Amino acid sequence: MRLRTNGLELLGPLDPADSGTTPKILLPLLLAGVQAGFPSPADDFIDKRLDLNEHLVPHPAATFFVRAVGDSMLGAGIHDGDLLVVDRAVEACAGRVVIAAIGGELTVKRLERKGDRMLLAPANPDYPSFDVSEREDFEIWGVVTHVIHKV
Amino acid sequence: MPLYALVDCNNFYASCERLFRPELKTRPVVVLSNNDGCVISRSAEAKALGIPMGAPAYQWEHVFRKQGIAVFSSNYALYGDLSNRVMSVLADMAPRVEQYSIDEAFLDISGIAEPLALCRAIRERVGRHTGIPVSVGIARTKTLAKLAARRAKKDASLGGVFDWTAAPDPEALLRETEAGDVWGLGRQCAKRLASRGVRTALDFVRLPADWVRKELTIVGLQTQLELKGVSCLSMTEAPAARRSVLCSRSFGQLIEEREHLREAVCAFAARAAEKLRAGGLEAQAVQTFVLTPRHRENLPQHQGQATTTLPGPTNFTPDIVAAALRGLDEAFRPGFSYQKAGVVLLGLESAVVRQASLLDLPPEERERRRALMRVVDGVNRRHGRGMLRLAISSAPDRPWHMRQHRRSPRYTTSWDELPRIGRKVQEARAAAAGTGPGNARRPF
Repeated sequence: MRLRTNGLELLGPLDPADSGTTPKILLPLLLAGVQAGFPSPADDFIDKRLDLNEHLVPHPAATFFVRAVGDSMLGAGIHDGDLLVVDRAVEACAGRVVIAAIGGELTVKRLERKGDRMLLAPANPDYPSFDVSEREDFEIWGVVTHVIHKV
Repeated sequence: MPLYALVDCNNFYASCERLFRPELKTRPVVVLSNNDGCVISRSAEAKALGIPMGAPAYQWEHVFRKQGIAVFSSNYALYGDLSNRVMSVLADMAPRVEQYSIDEAFLDISGIAEPLALCRAIRERVGRHTGIPVSVGIARTKTLAKLAARRAKKDASLGGVFDWTAAPDPEALLRETEAGDVWGLGRQCAKRLASRGVRTALDFVRLPADWVRKELTIVGLQTQLELKGVSCLSMTEAPAARRSVLCSRSFGQLIEEREHLREAVCAFAARAAEKLRAGGLEAQAVQTFVLTPRHRENLPQHQGQATTTLPGPTNFTPDIVAAALRGLDEAFRPGFSYQKAGVVLLGLESAVVRQASLLDLPPEERERRRALMRVVDGVNRRHGRGMLRLAISSAPDRPWHMRQHRRSPRYTTSWDELPRIGRKVQEARAAAAGTGPGNARRPF
């Protein structure tokens, strides 16, 4: 049962008979004190500061930053020197930009499926795609979730 | 009934070095101790080549080169960061986690419906999220969980997880385990046991409890009970209170000059005092030690140490440095080449709850000193360690600074050292044409 009175929100059973035990009433944190009339307009702003980590790094233990080198992914908005946010907790599927290990080297490419073939495709017509379907030295390292580019 | 799992990172430091270097996946890797002294971590391939733990680097250099072994100086910034990541995945998945070392943690999984499935899921997720391979051992006691994890690591057919409680013949497993490999027994103990004909963990379990208690104290008896499946070591979530603070280091090159040693000891003492304050502690005595290199039999050997008692408990850097330097004057002998020095702070007690003494400084003076140290620590925290220091301790280009010629980049903790992924066009063309330095690689 929920009840709203004067900006006070009560959560939990109000009637002791509801639960059979002492009622537990959870009070929301009041930021501007109890007052009659209008709620303080500042309430909306009493919040913690926005933290980019929340936006960019939902899985801190699995997230790594790497530096992109070269222009093979220009079409995906990845420029030479950009910072890439790589999340290893995200599932790699066709269409995503990934960091992959191939031939003992890490590379950033788009994962593509063509029929039953798996390709590592650059986002730049100057570079070739690679069929990795039968490569034993191929492994997905992580999924690129954001590009941080200085303008 | 209690149930524990031990999660153990496989060859942790070597695995960390491989994370951003996939070409090392099948190559033997070793990591050297501080100052490139001796081998402290080996990949499975390096173990198979017969490189022992603790092998002095200078003796094995030719083997490293001949076998194409990738050799790294230790990179604690990287290892510490990856360790935190592993521990945080564990904390997300298991109800209670007790970190035991940088690369091991016990989980209390008592009452979990499907412990084996959980541990497999943990192993899979730690590997996927952090890139660090782990082995997991499940058992009724921590000591058995350790043995189970060893087995999980050694026997590839187990898929990295071994459940001791599901083993059809646990006695056979104990028979296959050397007594010295049991957690809590150790090599010294194993020698004593061997003289009584005890070679395996099973032999040890069968010893009369009275004898074990008499010869190996209560600790030995606990180990015996744990091997029998009776849990004696429970989860201790609060870390044990610190008994001492140590700050020591091997030097980049051998040091004969007292002046250089003074600078080093001063820096160690200042760092130790900083640790003391961070822990809200005060020390009652300061031990200083100096060592010549043990592996160099052709050099004259000297291990000197001296302990100075402080007039009263303190964490004031100038007091601790002065005491450490008095100790150095006792410990130092001219004519020796020293490789290592260190400072140990002893008799620690809380700086808050302390007994007043007649020798105490007046309260205003104590407060003045505390305030000074707060400022020093604050500046050093903000602007880097050693920014504000006593004039006697040296600038960072002194000869005693650590040798770390083969340290990998601090990939995960320094903006300037992030892994670089991809290649410049020229490089890629050269590689594609087979003329560049990376001609064995793919032209990306």
